[in-house]
Amino acid sequence: MDDNVAVIGVGLGKVGEHWDKSLRDLALESIWMAFEDSGIDKVDALYVGNMSSGPFIEQEHLGALIADFAGLGPIPAVKVEAACGSGGAAFIEGYIGVKSGMYDYVLVTGVEKMTDVLPSKTTSILANASDRDYEAFHGVSFVALNALVMRRYMHEFNVKREELSIFPVISHKNAPFSKHAMYRKEITLEAVINSPIIADPLTLMDCAPICDGSASVILCSEKKAREFTDTPILVSGVGLATDTLGVHDRKYMTTLSAAVDASKKAFKMAGVTPKDIDIAEIHDAFSIMSALSLEDMGFAKKGQGTKMALEGQHYIGGELPINLYGGLKARGHPVGATGVYQIGELVSSLRGDGRVDAEKGLAENIGGSGATISVCVLERGD
Amino acid sequence: MDVPRHWREQVRRYRLVGSKCNDCEKLSFPYRKVCPKCKSRNNENYQFIGRGKIISFTNINSPPKEHKYNLPFAVALIELMEGPIITAQITDARAEELEIGMEVEMVTRKIMEYNDEGIICYGYKFRPIVEYAHP
Repeated sequence: MDDNVAVIGVGLGKVGEHWDKSLRDLALESIWMAFEDSGIDKVDALYVGNMSSGPFIEQEHLGALIADFAGLGPIPAVKVEAACGSGGAAFIEGYIGVKSGMYDYVLVTGVEKMTDVLPSKTTSILANASDRDYEAFHGVSFVALNALVMRRYMHEFNVKREELSIFPVISHKNAPFSKHAMYRKEITLEAVINSPIIADPLTLMDCAPICDGSASVILCSEKKAREFTDTPILVSGVGLATDTLGVHDRKYMTTLSAAVDASKKAFKMAGVTPKDIDIAEIHDAFSIMSALSLEDMGFAKKGQGTKMALEGQHYIGGELPINLYGGLKARGHPVGATGVYQIGELVSSLRGDGRVDAEKGLAENIGGSGATISVCVLERGD
Repeated sequence: MDVPRHWREQVRRYRLVGSKCNDCEKLSFPYRKVCPKCKSRNNENYQFIGRGKIISFTNINSPPKEHKYNLPFAVALIELMEGPIITAQITDARAEELEIGMEVEMVTRKIMEYNDEGIICYGYKFRPIVEYAHP
């Protein structure tokens, strides 16, 4: 099938600590929003992006659970897992489902319920994304892995901790506008620099928060999408790549080679270069990941990922606005749902939310410490 | 940590045994059944001497639950003198003493206890190399 794939529905559930809502409640909320947004009421398949429902809430088999409780009928429904990159990976599976001609309408739902367990258990569960026998066994948390990469980056490129502190400020700058964001407020550079050290050199405010959330998007062919709208948002390029599971096995400790590979694939498929990208949703789970992501996708030279940020080029009005709905840091990072939030936010920006006039945008979703990375390029189809 | 899962790792955790590719001589830790460099499946056990230098480190303040009784502790990426990089805890040193480039050696220490199954797990940690004066 030569037809393009389009996103025709977006549902972004409120991110936060939802003591009163279960995983299925959260998922249904975003699914209904996406249905309402799209104008359709049934789909041919469901892909669920989720990292760790088993350890978090002792519930697996999410495809069937959500299809059942959302009343979607006997459709094929499976969970796609790639740690914090699950959402982006599920989106790409959904894309393949439509692009192949197998399905007319596909629902992709990212969902994570993290707050039923205590924080130290959450830390342990998140460490499952690393090599359990050779990283996590030694007490290395996810924050610690990022701290190890960050210290190395600072050492190799002579970058100060305080320079990386700009990224949370940028993401928070856009958060007040973001109705579904967890922290709808701006923060200052001083607040990031002076927040408590979690794993040196990483501070508390360098890290995205633990939270619950669900986002859904609905995909179909461009031809079908044009029955609903004159300006569909098209998925013009997707790329997914993997790298060594353990940070210690990376050829270059401070390069996300999966971001290099995935972005090359996505750019090639979309027929664009980094210069053509107007806006980007970057996986800022930790400040260091923002810098590496921008460098390794070709937006900055190696070691200079903070340069544009410090010049103010990543704010709205700058050269490359990023994280327009708060990013992982301010919107929140319900791990397996994050990649779908990013796609939904990108679609909202491209449709036009009154803040930017963007034609092409990119979403980058990282699983683990960079072992899985997906990059999707979307564009306005008018 | 379940007993069989820890038991089957003992030679690697107590003796720092990784692998060597018999075709291109690439050394790996942890062990690999497929050589990451030449993709050969012809690999054999290889014991590392247990010396190296710190290439990055951090001090952990909020650990995973299995390690909450061990605080405070530091973890590091250590480049072994034979080449591979390994993730391990640093022991016998104060946090403020650590620096990139510091030479370290392997010791066998307790990694965790009071986990759900109650078994005490030992394994490798690394400590700064101390030169003892011989009598």
